Amino acid sequence: MFTRTHYKLERHTIGFAVAIIVVSAIGGLFEIAPLFTIDETVETAPDMRLYTPLELAGRNIYIREGCYACHSQMIRTLRDEVERYGPYSLAVESKYDHPMLWGSKRTGPDLARIGGKYSDAWQVAHLYNPRDVVPQSVMPAYRWLARNKLRTEDLGRHLIAQRRVGVPYTDDMIAHAEQDAKAQVDPDSDNAEGVSERYGEATHVRAFDGNPRDVTEMDALVAYLQILGRLTDAAYQNKDKGE
Amino acid sequence: MSVEKRDPHTGYLTTGHDWNGIEELNTPVPKVIYICLGLAFAFALIYWLLMPAFPLGLTYTKGLLGVSQHSLIDADLQQAQTDQQTVTSKIATLSVDEVRADAGLMHYVRATAVPIFGDNCAACHGIDAKGGPGYPNLTDNSWLWGGDADAVLETLRVGVNDEQHDDTRVSQMLAFGRDGMLDRNALLSVVTYVQSLSKPDAGTVEAIGAGREVFAANCASCHGEKGAGSIELGAPDLTDSVWLYGGDTQSVFNTVYNGRTGVMPSWEARLSDVDRKILATYVLSLGEAGQ
Repeated sequence: MFTRTHYKLERHTIGFAVAIIVVSAIGGLFEIAPLFTIDETVETAPDMRLYTPLELAGRNIYIREGCYACHSQMIRTLRDEVERYGPYSLAVESKYDHPMLWGSKRTGPDLARIGGKYSDAWQVAHLYNPRDVVPQSVMPAYRWLARNKLRTEDLGRHLIAQRRVGVPYTDDMIAHAEQDAKAQVDPDSDNAEGVSERYGEATHVRAFDGNPRDVTEMDALVAYLQILGRLTDAAYQNKDKGE
Repeated sequence: MSVEKRDPHTGYLTTGHDWNGIEELNTPVPKVIYICLGLAFAFALIYWLLMPAFPLGLTYTKGLLGVSQHSLIDADLQQAQTDQQTVTSKIATLSVDEVRADAGLMHYVRATAVPIFGDNCAACHGIDAKGGPGYPNLTDNSWLWGGDADAVLETLRVGVNDEQHDDTRVSQMLAFGRDGMLDRNALLSVVTYVQSLSKPDAGTVEAIGAGREVFAANCASCHGEKGAGSIELGAPDLTDSVWLYGGDTQSVFNTVYNGRTGVMPSWEARLSDVDRKILATYVLSLGEAGQ
């Protein structure tokens, strides 16, 4: 009987095409649609911080230089990954990542928990020439980052763009974006206090590349790397609970 | 059109199409395919019941087994911990020296420490633990913060100049040149004096004499009157031939001019107590092998 119906269906081009679309849409309906309605798979993290303008600029440089092509930012739920990199990544940790940078390929190590693992000086030396500190490294050198001044005048607009896709930047943050980016590398400046006020006491305010006078692309990228995995402690609380 | 016609050779029906006497067989799908399809459906149904699977608007079915990828990995890690318990509990209770005296435990320590060291420490100290400019050699007998087991364990725990840890060891060498504390002549003479501590023919007697005075006034408070350093302050011994940032005139000048604030991250949050003990034991055993 079923074969008979199919014989008939095959003879109606439009009907058959519609039937194909309906059947293949079922997969999408059950796999994709619930992602927009089920919120409980994303953990809650009340302590979640926002990227500062400098860190956001560093994130943009990370994307521009294609770091994601060799580095993932996603520790999977596998024992060897947890033992090597730390607690597995939680969905909430990528909450403010637009676009997300989970990546799918690891030529270099995963960077999801690189923040605070090494010193600023090491990060700078390593980006300047990886082989100065890791002789066996195959990573390219990114010398221009130390030379290039960071473009700060449009940072406010980057924050606005992030707000449009759901990151809760306030008007105050947007208005002070450029000022905060400059102050974050200069802890002795008058504006440094404002960075901690707006983005929280845990924000790193220091001269990432060793020079507090200029904001370079190196400052931005190192500031971003040093915050990876440190926007919330949710993963560590989860780990304590699991043990 | 659909005149049912049976092919006399195979016994199957044909499609009814006829091209100049050539007919198309309509061979039915083999039964085994239907059986496999049925089994696959049955498996899917059972799996849907057991595992988290079906979306229900705002939530989803959690499955009868109540497992998730998070509970699976947590159980996996727990199992690993249990498996290692016999060895790790011994390492945790014994002192580092006692562990080093036990060949069986040391075998485990070496096997475990190499990957931990490679993933965490080698970036700065090198895969051979011999360090590099700015990063101490861990295989020699020269220790900035002390080379006994307790000191190494404490350094691993709190780090050096690491703002993430409240108890971190703090040591900062001032920028005597950049901040205008010493003029160029004083800088040059103290550089010569410092070099003469390990190499007596580093400069003229006058330059060394002038440098000695500058040293006594500015450097001796941390590095000691004789330049032998201080483990409490993390101030390096300047009389030996070990140079963290290089011992040539330019390097020593840079150090005195710009100051130094070396950072070692704290490992308390990243590595467990046992892992840090294994690392300390391993690092200390490297020193022994290097002698």
